[in-house]
Amino acid sequence: MSVTINIPTALRQFTGGNARVELEAATTGEALERLTSLHGELRRHLYDDKNALRSFVNVYVNDEDIRHQAGLATPLQESDTVMIVPSIAGGVTSEADVETALPSLSNEEISRYSRHLIMPEVGMHGQRKLKAASVLMIGTGGLGAPVGMYLAAAGVGRIGIVDFDVVEVSNLQRQIIHGTADLGRPKIESARDRLRDINPHIEIETHDTRLTSQNALALFANYDIVVDGTDNFPTRYLVNDACVLTGKPNVYGSIFRFEGQASVFWAKEGACYRCLYSEPPPPGLVPNCAEGGVLGVLPGIVGAIQATETIKLILGAEDTLVNRLLLFDAWQMKFREFKLRKDPNCPICGENATIKELIDYEEFCGLRAQPTEQPASLEEITATELRERLNRGQDFQIIDVREPFEYEIARIGGTKLIPLGEVVARMNEIDPARETVMHCKAGVRSAKAIAALKQAGFAGRLINLKGGITAWSDEVDPSVAKY
Amino acid sequence: MIQLTTEQVNEIAAHGERDYPHECCGLLLGSFSFGGIKTIARIYPISNAREEQAKRNRFLITPQELMKGEQYAVQNGMDVIGFYHSHPDHPAVPSGYDLEHAWPVYSYIVVAVGEGKAGDLRSWEMEPDRSKFTEEEICCNANC
Repeated sequence: MSVTINIPTALRQFTGGNARVELEAATTGEALERLTSLHGELRRHLYDDKNALRSFVNVYVNDEDIRHQAGLATPLQESDTVMIVPSIAGGVTSEADVETALPSLSNEEISRYSRHLIMPEVGMHGQRKLKAASVLMIGTGGLGAPVGMYLAAAGVGRIGIVDFDVVEVSNLQRQIIHGTADLGRPKIESARDRLRDINPHIEIETHDTRLTSQNALALFANYDIVVDGTDNFPTRYLVNDACVLTGKPNVYGSIFRFEGQASVFWAKEGACYRCLYSEPPPPGLVPNCAEGGVLGVLPGIVGAIQATETIKLILGAEDTLVNRLLLFDAWQMKFREFKLRKDPNCPICGENATIKELIDYEEFCGLRAQPTEQPASLEEITATELRERLNRGQDFQIIDVREPFEYEIARIGGTKLIPLGEVVARMNEIDPARETVMHCKAGVRSAKAIAALKQAGFAGRLINLKGGITAWSDEVDPSVAKY
Repeated sequence: MIQLTTEQVNEIAAHGERDYPHECCGLLLGSFSFGGIKTIARIYPISNAREEQAKRNRFLITPQELMKGEQYAVQNGMDVIGFYHSHPDHPAVPSGYDLEHAWPVYSYIVVAVGEGKAGDLRSWEMEPDRSKFTEEEICCNANC
């Protein structure tokens, strides 16, 4: 077919000043191939390094965009007109600028990340973005363990870890970043060693501190993304508020027994944690994992979701958990999802936000007031003192307010089991004429039981075992298992 | 070298200020003459075709708009000789993205708009090997 190609002004210098070139071709692609073989200089303006038409080069056949036809395979008829029409684009803070600022990858890194590199969604560009990124993990517990390990393995260039705890044996059932040899070590040290072993090409920054209203803003400012792996409400609200105030995305996860939640709270793009829960639950209503238990694998699943979302945020993926709350139930093996909406009246990210700086989160969550109420009326005894008094032959009745399954794990000899939930109803089983020591795992539930009994009118003397059966094991009888 | 009048410079600056904090863009219509001198006869503002969220950092003139502009130019005895756009809160220097998307021969005028006020206005032309932009001398009125 003999066809005519119209050349735009800008490219005429490469066609000897001609506005039209006539040639023989059966398809549009063939016509452009002929044209660029006739006029070699044209090629670099029409095609990119990968031999694809540049994105801003538009080709029309008889006024019809070939993208709406068969692309370069669009057939040509005798005396058709092919037009090359530029679309003109430009602008600042571009991908191209970012591209040059991204760190490069060594051959060793290229081999390491090869399974990422061959996927177009990541590729060299995405892998370099991961290397350029920084993520701050709050906590190296159940959630922080898989988050840190997968982010390190994925090649996130700088990972900050905040924790102040030491590794305890009861952590190892789920916190797979720590091992048996790490018992007693600071968690940040143990986590750092594990992450370094996984990937020596990344930077790990340890922050041996509790996250507080005083240090959170300065810490967050140094990172692109914050991952919340905390297990308590004060820190969760603190992480949320500090993320809103510093404009960082908060990759959220939480776990309890067999159920988990995950979301991305990013005030700039959608709802924050306070849009979902403006106020914390009353203290004691929602038990934590130490009280309620957690399936060891559960944080593995939820943490891996957090790691996935973090990586997607870095890569610029569109379908993140922004404005979505993902619920997971491992016992039913079901995922469910809720849509979230930004609350226009949200006290921190709404239009008329009233919170402009970080507050006292212990107080906000009602945890500060509690101890001031109790000590006045709560009589306590330490495990050591109880042992001594028993040895001296003093008479006590000891009531264990834990659950039967806990009683099976460990118990103090000669005690009576009345779970907290039944203690008022079974008050008549406690002899008010004798001195009574109440105990649980760590001393919190037994204090509640004492308060409940007093309120119900129990007349006898009630003493709380400080530190519960755990303290008994530590101070008196190490043969009693700790859990 | 590119020739334009003070009024045309002001027109580009005003467009940049009007569209701040977004980028503005438009065509430069005029003629190519001997010795590579371009003379602008008319400024042809164009709506920014990018989706709302990308407007701040990018401009795009669609092929349809360019074809319309070219038709207008040809009907009035002119050529499209280049494009202008603004860099909100950035210098009047082409970015990597500009280079990636540039065409040879055309003039690219960039006006810096800092906090809503137009400042520097400079013109650039891409090297034929696509390696970089070279600044082009601007002549205003009787100065040249």
